Amino acid sequence: MPRFYTEEHEWIDVDGDVATVGITDFAQGQLGDIVFVEVPDTGAELSKGGDAAVVESVKAASDVYAPVDGTVTEGNGQLEEDPALVNSDPEGEGWFFRMTLSDKSQLDGLMNAQAYKDFIADL
Amino acid sequence: MSETEEMGETVAIESLPLDAWHRARGARMVEFAGYHMPIQYDGIMAEHLWTRDNAGLFDVSHMGQLVFSGEGAAEALEALVPGDISALKPGRMRYSLLLADDGGILDDLMITNTGHGLYMVVNGAVKWDDIAHLREHLPDEIEMNLLDEQALLALQGPKAAAALAALGVVPEFPDILPVDRLVFMQAGPYLWGDVRLGISRSGYTGEDGFEISVPASDVAAFADALCAQDAVKPIGLGARDSLRLEAGLPLYGHDLDEGIDPVEGDLAFAISKRRREEGGFPGAARILGHLADGSPRKRVGLTIDGKMPVREGAKIFDGNSEVGVVTSGGFAPSVGAPIAMGYVPTGLSEPGTALAAEVRGKRVAVTVTPMPFVPHRYVRKQGG
Repeated sequence: MPRFYTEEHEWIDVDGDVATVGITDFAQGQLGDIVFVEVPDTGAELSKGGDAAVVESVKAASDVYAPVDGTVTEGNGQLEEDPALVNSDPEGEGWFFRMTLSDKSQLDGLMNAQAYKDFIADL
Repeated sequence: MSETEEMGETVAIESLPLDAWHRARGARMVEFAGYHMPIQYDGIMAEHLWTRDNAGLFDVSHMGQLVFSGEGAAEALEALVPGDISALKPGRMRYSLLLADDGGILDDLMITNTGHGLYMVVNGAVKWDDIAHLREHLPDEIEMNLLDEQALLALQGPKAAAALAALGVVPEFPDILPVDRLVFMQAGPYLWGDVRLGISRSGYTGEDGFEISVPASDVAAFADALCAQDAVKPIGLGARDSLRLEAGLPLYGHDLDEGIDPVEGDLAFAISKRRREEGGFPGAARILGHLADGSPRKRVGLTIDGKMPVREGAKIFDGNSEVGVVTSGGFAPSVGAPIAMGYVPTGLSEPGTALAAEVRGKRVAVTVTPMPFVPHRYVRKQGG
């Protein structure tokens, strides 16, 4: 299952026409202690680069953007009870939402793991 | 890219005496009030809770330390602030407010009678404006000096007194109390070896603690000695903000500004009894009127229904009417829930009043709550 990354520090796991989206370990480290996550409603239509979710640390609220166009099939309900999952397991249990992919060609513009590693090394 | 960097350098962000010390300890630095400041080390949540249980060391050297001297300095300052400064005994300090002509708050500050003059600490973000205002309004014979060779630290938390005493800090003069015998809002001159320290039992976290003026040349060694103790860790600005919010203490530029007077800001305690009777401070007519008849709006604490933080700028509603605004808000680590403060009409300021705040287009139920959110633990009396 290929994993892609965005310059806004989201990761996207693609499995056929469905993708799982979260924020990267680098992103959670920058945000610090996560105290609240607002995930999109099931059925929400997302467009690439548009607001998809909100993640709040002690200090500030940050937007999470949709990495591609698609429709939300599920938000991670666990984050409501335990937002700190985003800190402890950002690229696993701390996923934000699942979505269908409207245009798989949009994945071509995203980074792979090595490219993302190089990208954050330059920040 | 190079162009941006050059531009960045022309906007001079200054470094404080402990800059390298913070970086060596893994601080994440941000620009604040024109300085590079540590926002956090281990994480805001851990640092916040550490301070409530142990002792946290804060670098607040960005704040302005001013000394006033000359015959009649206290009376002269009373023309600009509503506190009874001439009644301030040596070794005592008072929270006060620098007021504009219309009674709006230009800054909140601390004034200490050192016995040799008046020592004032003002907010870093507005210190240059304060200095200009003070110089313009004080008579020429009152001398004002900015102590720009002094760093300022705050040591806060239940283990602060023991940590400071353990360093071997001693009174500079025989009539000065040992540092752990000071009570809240008392101050004096001390020595750490041959380093002269100005220490007060005060702070802005709601905890017991001290504020310590240290020569910039000695501050790294002093901070090292404090942090060599197991009970003491350096704490960043992030936790300083969440601690003061839980303590119900306003932050200038957010909860207070030029458009707000002391009664609206729920700071009427800063208007001393004699000054209420005599007036003679800027905006006295408006402020004394608000004291007598109530102000149209008031700063209040708010508890939040649910877990979503309500932050600065969120509008407050009573039913469908917009009635106020949140001026500070966020997750409160010691409360374990979001909290906020903001302004509402005085008629809606009674504790228990049910209101709503708007966050990203959604309404969240909020309730007016007495502050502080976490009880203050100031040492007001020495036992024994």
